[in-house]
Amino acid sequence: MSANDFNTPITPELVKEHGLNEEEYKLVLEIMGREPNINELGIFSVMWSEHCSYKSSKKWLKTLPTKADWVIQGPGENAGVIDIGDGQAAVFKMESHNHPSFIEPYQGAATGVGGIMRDVFTMGARPVANLNALRFGEPDHPKTRHLLSGVVEGIGGYGNCMGVPTIGGETNFHASYNGNILVNAMTVGLADADNIFYSAAAGIGNPVVYVGSKTGRDGIHGATMASAEFDDDSDEKRPTVQVGDPFTEKLLLEACLELMATDMIVAIQDMGAAGLTSSSFEMASKGGVGVELWLDKVPMREEGMTPYELMLSESQERMLMVLKPGCEDAAKAIFDKWELDFAVIGILTDTKRMVLKWHGEVAGDLPIDPLAEASPEYDRPWEPTPKQDRIDPASISGKVSHIDALKTLIASPDLASRRWIWEQYDHLVMGNTIVRPGGDAGVVRVSGTNKGIAATTDCTPRYVMADPVEGGKQAVAEAYRNLVATGAKPLAITDNMNFGNPERPRIMGQFVGACQGIAEACIALDFPVVSGNVSLYNETNGVGIMPTPAIGGVGVISDLGHHATIGIKRDDSALIMIGAATGELGQSLYLKTIEGREEGAPPPVDLNAEKRAGMLVRELIELGLVRTCHDIADGGLLVAVAEMCLAGNIGADLHLPESGSEVAWLFGEDQGRYVIATRDPDKVLNAAGSANVAAVIIGQAGSDAVTIDGGAKVSLAELRDLNEGWMPSYMAEAVQ
Amino acid sequence: MKSAVILFPGINRENDAIAALEQATGTKPTVVWHGETELPKTDIIMVPGGFSYGDYLRCGAMAAKSPIMRAVAERAKAGVTILGVCNGFQILTEAGLLPGALMRNASLKFICKNTHLKIENTNTRFTNQYKTGEVVDYPVAHHDGNFFADSETLDRLEGEGRVVLRYCDANGAVDPATNLNGSQRNIAGIINEAGNVLGMMPHPENAIDPLHGGTDGRNLFKSLVEAAS
Repeated sequence: MSANDFNTPITPELVKEHGLNEEEYKLVLEIMGREPNINELGIFSVMWSEHCSYKSSKKWLKTLPTKADWVIQGPGENAGVIDIGDGQAAVFKMESHNHPSFIEPYQGAATGVGGIMRDVFTMGARPVANLNALRFGEPDHPKTRHLLSGVVEGIGGYGNCMGVPTIGGETNFHASYNGNILVNAMTVGLADADNIFYSAAAGIGNPVVYVGSKTGRDGIHGATMASAEFDDDSDEKRPTVQVGDPFTEKLLLEACLELMATDMIVAIQDMGAAGLTSSSFEMASKGGVGVELWLDKVPMREEGMTPYELMLSESQERMLMVLKPGCEDAAKAIFDKWELDFAVIGILTDTKRMVLKWHGEVAGDLPIDPLAEASPEYDRPWEPTPKQDRIDPASISGKVSHIDALKTLIASPDLASRRWIWEQYDHLVMGNTIVRPGGDAGVVRVSGTNKGIAATTDCTPRYVMADPVEGGKQAVAEAYRNLVATGAKPLAITDNMNFGNPERPRIMGQFVGACQGIAEACIALDFPVVSGNVSLYNETNGVGIMPTPAIGGVGVISDLGHHATIGIKRDDSALIMIGAATGELGQSLYLKTIEGREEGAPPPVDLNAEKRAGMLVRELIELGLVRTCHDIADGGLLVAVAEMCLAGNIGADLHLPESGSEVAWLFGEDQGRYVIATRDPDKVLNAAGSANVAAVIIGQAGSDAVTIDGGAKVSLAELRDLNEGWMPSYMAEAVQ
Repeated sequence: MKSAVILFPGINRENDAIAALEQATGTKPTVVWHGETELPKTDIIMVPGGFSYGDYLRCGAMAAKSPIMRAVAERAKAGVTILGVCNGFQILTEAGLLPGALMRNASLKFICKNTHLKIENTNTRFTNQYKTGEVVDYPVAHHDGNFFADSETLDRLEGEGRVVLRYCDANGAVDPATNLNGSQRNIAGIINEAGNVLGMMPHPENAIDPLHGGTDGRNLFKSLVEAAS
């Protein structure tokens, strides 16, 4: 017993330590009708943390389009669900684990991966692909190597052990992430469309069951930590980072899927951020029921744990379920087989209250709806980001030759090969990986069929920083393009909104602008948001990150016999650029890396042109006319062509246009474009003509070099060394 | 042709193994849970890859003590064909069915990539469909594939033709540059004295479909069928 738990006096300091401001505490008193005890205060604290309540972001998240004919479940559940035909559904979500990964990179990243997989298999889906979106500080910041190395090892350590292939992702370096790295993990799962599991509790008197790992003292107040800015003492928060056990999660996955094949579960929810508190309140609130929890029955890792600790622990690999009455023994037998804890820890009631019992004594008694639903919602003041001018190509010094610029870019931290990272991830387990990391999107086969699921993560933070609306659009458009480039029909996205402190109007303006851009793109491209996550307060000592709304896109390839990859396959192919070149150098990597200028308006996104080009390219791939396709993104056309050459080990000769800025044509990051290789250029050009899409032959595959207009060139061998060399040699320096 | 796949908690490449065996034998293998004490009648037993018991203690150490392993050892003695891949190889060495040990990769990192392998001995139940010296291409995906044995054991393995696969380059050159995980003498796979148990780190089961990017692994499974029929 821990009587002191119940009687700790609630002082203003204690309230402040729990992250509640005066206004919020007033609301607590109003809802309770009395002073809360310490257990209750802890519960309010985590439930109303930014991380769990979305209090700053809710107003704007509601504006995102979430519907399409194929959407089975939009935002609000553990993950989004879309129909992929043939009675099957894809279940997916992306989630951040930024704050813990900065403090303890291995465990922070590992438990991020563990958490997102749990979100997906909670819904009855077997995870079939993992992806991630990572942002680190500048390469020469003293912490970057350590963080990169720990995060990659943590992601691999967890995902590899789970036996889920990590098939894609993206990694950026920028000084704005020096004090706040971003670790966003995404999982895609597959389920039968008629066997999806939800979290709404139902059935008064039904047993509330706890399964998985025992509860320990790890991660207490993790959700509150993730809702505050960092300062110099943040390293001291290490004990609030949870420790992952992928082996237990693998057992939990198999046990849950085995139980889900029966008819015993009413509702299920994983215990993620804010652990037992958040899972029990969400299940009860969604189902409109009450819960009585017997906290002394919770399986505990150590002795002397208190109700407060049990409610707030973020121990990993745990699930909360409501079972049909009388199923307890049969369900327990499954968890016994997998050697996992199984405990009935409560019962559903009709009181609409959460009553916490501790050895028969009431340790807390709270109304559910006011806490779960009436959490604060702020309309924070915001100001738009001032627009920047378009970069005039005439302002480019042009001191560097095109080939030298290519060589510099392809070896730069922004564009260098990420092989060092993804070779540490098992990207082949399950035997269904069709397109491996390093291309535009990863593709896994739907087991036992000829269908594929394509998935990608995308965001260009420097565009969002310069123009949140265009940048938000661009992130969605690039995800769309990366899926199309494999031959997939883009279906839906998950968004992971990483921003600084929303209490600063400029930052809030970035959030509002990004939401607006994302919404516009989703509508135009018929590409709705089905799940997401918000991570705010990514600031250290008042310095915020670049706004980073990472987009995870999912699409379907109906026949894997017709899909595309980026490597050039034959040296008798013509290279065709699909989409119009307008020469946008603002915020381009050329401008940053070669000219040392991080400025200008980012490339605008013409969503109608984007859609026309996307539909054309997908049709060309589906018809079997195109097997080689790459989108033009960071670095522009020449970099895209060089990447296609390296991937296929076949060179290319590019023909410069007769007029206009060569730099803008070769290195502009104009949106809505692809390069394809084909042996039938006339057919492709005709198809483009009738689809009203710009298309032009830009060169010819062949030889073992990247050549410009038959003159200046660089061999593939040299280019490969430059592209592949940077990251291994950078990371090798960490040893010294 | 009957085959069985042993399933330990934490194994995760069982479906890859099942697909490869089914493709080669025409029948779905029986999956046997580690807690069983008896095996069905079977011509081939495969111990697949993964992280049995989370690789805690030592890779394969706990699985080697599972109840089913006694039955597997008996079948090994009786001459049944047994294939251990990746974690399966680690389990077979821990169970004493194969010599040596698999240590942490020299790079101390997990490695997932395709690698070239030289088929050193085609006169086995596992490799009879390959040509001697043939260079094949399978993926690896492991953290602890660094094969170690004392030099006496290594000499014996070499002398008896029990080194079946070695890491090499596309032209078959076996040298330190092509040794991706630090294994003694570039060893990727070995057989036991009787020739009926093969342990290997690479994954032939992930190279059986043109969509995998290659089908070099098929002949390994075909060899099993050929040898058993």
